[in-house]
Amino acid sequence: MTETTQSILSIENLDKSFGAVKILKDINVSIEPGEFLVLVGPSGCGKSTLLNCIAGLEESTAGDINIGGRSMIGVAPKDRDIAMVFQSYALYPTMTVGKNITFGMKVRGTPEAEQQAKLNEVATLLQIDHLLDRKPSQLSGGQRQRVAMGRALVRDPQLFLFDEPLSNLDAKLRVEMRTEIKRLHQTLGASIVYVTHDQIEAMTLATKIVVMKDGVIQQVGTPNEIYNHPANMFVADFMGSPSMNLIPAQATSSGNSTQISIARAAGDELVLNFDREISGLNGSGSKEVILGLRPENITDPLSIVAQSGQLADCQIDVVEPAGSDTFVVTSLGGKQVTARLRADAEVMAGQSASLAFDLTKASVFEPDSGARIA
Amino acid sequence: MTDISVNSVSSEKNAARIRLAQRIALRFGLYAMLLVFALYYLMPLFVMLTTSLKSLDEIRTGSLLSLPRDIDFTSWATAWSGACTGIQCDGLQPFFWNSVLLSVPAVFLSTLLGAVNGYVLAQWRFKGSNILFALMLFGCFIPFQVVILPMAIVLGKLQLAGTIGGLVLVHVVYGIGFTTLFFRNFYVTVPQELVKAAKVDGAGFFRIFYSIFLPISPPIIVVTVIWQFTQIWNDFLFGVSFSQAGTQPITVALNNIVNSTTGVKEYNVDMAAAIIAALPTLIVYVVAGKYFIRGLTAGSVKG
Amino acid sequence: MTEWLEKHAPKMVLAPSFIAILVFVYGFIGWTAYVSFTRSKLLPKYDLKGTIQYERLADSPRFEVALTNLAIFGVLFILFATIIGLTLAILLDQKIRTEGPLRTIYLYPMALSFIVTGTAWKWILNPGLGIESVMHDLGWTDFAFNWLVDPNLAIYTVVIAGVWQSSGFVMALFLAGLRSVDNEVIRAAMVDGVSTPRIYMSIIIPSMAPIFLSAFIVLSHLAIKSFDLVIALTGGGPGYATDMPATFMYAMAFSRGDIGQAASSATVMMVIVTAIIVPYLYSELRPRHD
Repeated sequence: MTETTQSILSIENLDKSFGAVKILKDINVSIEPGEFLVLVGPSGCGKSTLLNCIAGLEESTAGDINIGGRSMIGVAPKDRDIAMVFQSYALYPTMTVGKNITFGMKVRGTPEAEQQAKLNEVATLLQIDHLLDRKPSQLSGGQRQRVAMGRALVRDPQLFLFDEPLSNLDAKLRVEMRTEIKRLHQTLGASIVYVTHDQIEAMTLATKIVVMKDGVIQQVGTPNEIYNHPANMFVADFMGSPSMNLIPAQATSSGNSTQISIARAAGDELVLNFDREISGLNGSGSKEVILGLRPENITDPLSIVAQSGQLADCQIDVVEPAGSDTFVVTSLGGKQVTARLRADAEVMAGQSASLAFDLTKASVFEPDSGARIA
Repeated sequence: MTDISVNSVSSEKNAARIRLAQRIALRFGLYAMLLVFALYYLMPLFVMLTTSLKSLDEIRTGSLLSLPRDIDFTSWATAWSGACTGIQCDGLQPFFWNSVLLSVPAVFLSTLLGAVNGYVLAQWRFKGSNILFALMLFGCFIPFQVVILPMAIVLGKLQLAGTIGGLVLVHVVYGIGFTTLFFRNFYVTVPQELVKAAKVDGAGFFRIFYSIFLPISPPIIVVTVIWQFTQIWNDFLFGVSFSQAGTQPITVALNNIVNSTTGVKEYNVDMAAAIIAALPTLIVYVVAGKYFIRGLTAGSVKG
Repeated sequence: MTEWLEKHAPKMVLAPSFIAILVFVYGFIGWTAYVSFTRSKLLPKYDLKGTIQYERLADSPRFEVALTNLAIFGVLFILFATIIGLTLAILLDQKIRTEGPLRTIYLYPMALSFIVTGTAWKWILNPGLGIESVMHDLGWTDFAFNWLVDPNLAIYTVVIAGVWQSSGFVMALFLAGLRSVDNEVIRAAMVDGVSTPRIYMSIIIPSMAPIFLSAFIVLSHLAIKSFDLVIALTGGGPGYATDMPATFMYAMAFSRGDIGQAASSATVMMVIVTAIIVPYLYSELRPRHD
């Protein structure tokens, strides 16, 4: 009965079904103390269900969840040593902010003095001391968010669960609170599982990202791994904004050089050199592939990052200045392809411009399965 | 050129004037119609009130719609404590208290049950709970004639026949459907995350109910209490079926006074009795009309 | 133990109410339906004797009158209450300054017992001293209004009183519906130059189909259950000219001592209500999303 695992949370072969519908399929994830795990995916991918299973608010159909090395089968939410922050904040509407934060302690029979001490500590940390006597209805969205976090922090649990906590805030506040959560994580060293559908939130907050789709984990990795080495086309497309260009192409290998050619509207082909091996393309041969190229890997020739690029003239269809960068859209392989140029790059819609393609960071996918092959 | 523009300006002004006149006429017509309807709705109340204050002589000789010559409260006194309901001649008074005695516990119990049922059906759903809700809801809509006979037998078996306790039981049982509907539709608007948060905080089923749900419930409690009170106070079918001489509710007594065939027909006493019987629910309506309407519409439109 | 209790608390809390409904609603309906197939008279009997009670009902002129009355009353009551209710709602929706008090006036009859309503209208429609005498005083000396005692017309007095009591409620329903119509659509139509009556006819009223349904359900339900109003206004008379299934059933059960006829007429009422309510409840409770 010796527990060897150091993990705060480990999920093993978890399945969850509602009737005949499988919501979660064979989920395996674990996190170490102090890790910030973000579950990200489109709505309906099962990420919130997974979080509810971890919290014990929903029962899993098969598999096990361990928190702090202890199996959670049959353990009620209150006994799991967790705290949770909800999307709607779920503040108790008739209780004051202070009562909201101390409710859990009151239910558990924590002595009054200790409740007060903890309340003050958390209120100071979150800068909500002046709000303690207000009702939730008298608070702004950002303040409610802080109170909801206060209610979680005061528990000082092994594991924090966040269920899309920022999605009800406006854009500016969301960025502020994101930074705030990151700072809290760093100062408290807390272990966190965080659900979001916002890939930017996932990238900025996580130490480890789990990308989910249709109840299946697509990829687990650091933000860097997820961004630069997406395991499949879904992850490639989902993570990053604007999203990765996925261009149908033909890969040809002859001896030690590999070339990727992309059909163009004019009828000619854009041929680019590729310096890595594509699995399934041994020695010589040719193969249909999908070339995954992020917008920042297609730039204008004068850009610093364009040095390793291969130049090609492209017809520019749309120009979208975004202040810090200028995005242009061109057509390659029958797809709209977005390139990210310097802000002051001189391009005009309807004209031709020279673009630099940097394939060192490109991904290559199998068209049918969508799996990464280079 | 200039002529034309001057002309068009003056015709513009004319047109504007006509439009304004039309608008005023339209508004006037609108208010006139609304007023006519108001008079139509108020007329019976007016007639009841004036008739109750007239003497029998004046009623026979005067007009239905005229104001009373001398205001005479004797018929009110008679209605309250002297009018005959069959053989008994104690007025409405004892029956008024019967109705109070019957409404208070029945309203309280059915509201309480509705609150916990609604809480379960909105926030603690389980497999089949929606079917249970549908079955309970259907109970609101049955014609009560279909349960009267077996109810009479069961009340007899329970030694509750002809008692106020028996009527309380009847009103609670057949009130649960509506009270449950009210609370369920109210609680269903509360985000489920609230219960989840409370569970994580360590609160259980009952704790969540009285610490979180009960404190947010006053509006729906008011709606439910008013609805139930109006229903039970105004009930006639159960009252006339399951009560006996001493335990009749006020609606039954009123009907007996009005339809008693002995002696001279005292229309003024009838009207005073009708107003007395209507007064409690009318007062509730005037004081808390907003909640009354909310109950009415909640009972027919699903939330 | 506490875990078990916690887990089953929701079902245990619901159980008493549900069992009560099961027995007092469904069990009783079953009992009545069962007894309607027996020869019960003064006391219930429990051996099935086929459809004899229904045959008796079919042969009963009194029950025929009751059904005809229900049809007349139901159609006219629903029709007029809906028309008046909708008209009032539309009139009140024109930014009327005195809307609050007017609404209170239109709706107060709903707070009254049908017995009170019946008593009041019985007096107003009194052949000698009521409306008739008012008209005589106004100089219309040959005006006669004796519907209350005319077997062919008495049922229409029930309609008058019923509409008076319930049309305000229909107004409240429609007013709520009018207020919930999407304002942007109306504004778009106004910008397009559509006239106000046209906006009501083509946009607002069609969008209130669910309200019409609700009003229909509530009113038809009131019509079928109408018992108190008839008792207080006409007592079912003259003779049994204003009998309705509800009063018929009551008379059979409590004054005629004919449980078989009471049970079978109650079952007929139940079937009518079920035919209206079940499709409605089904459509209302059907999950709309996910």
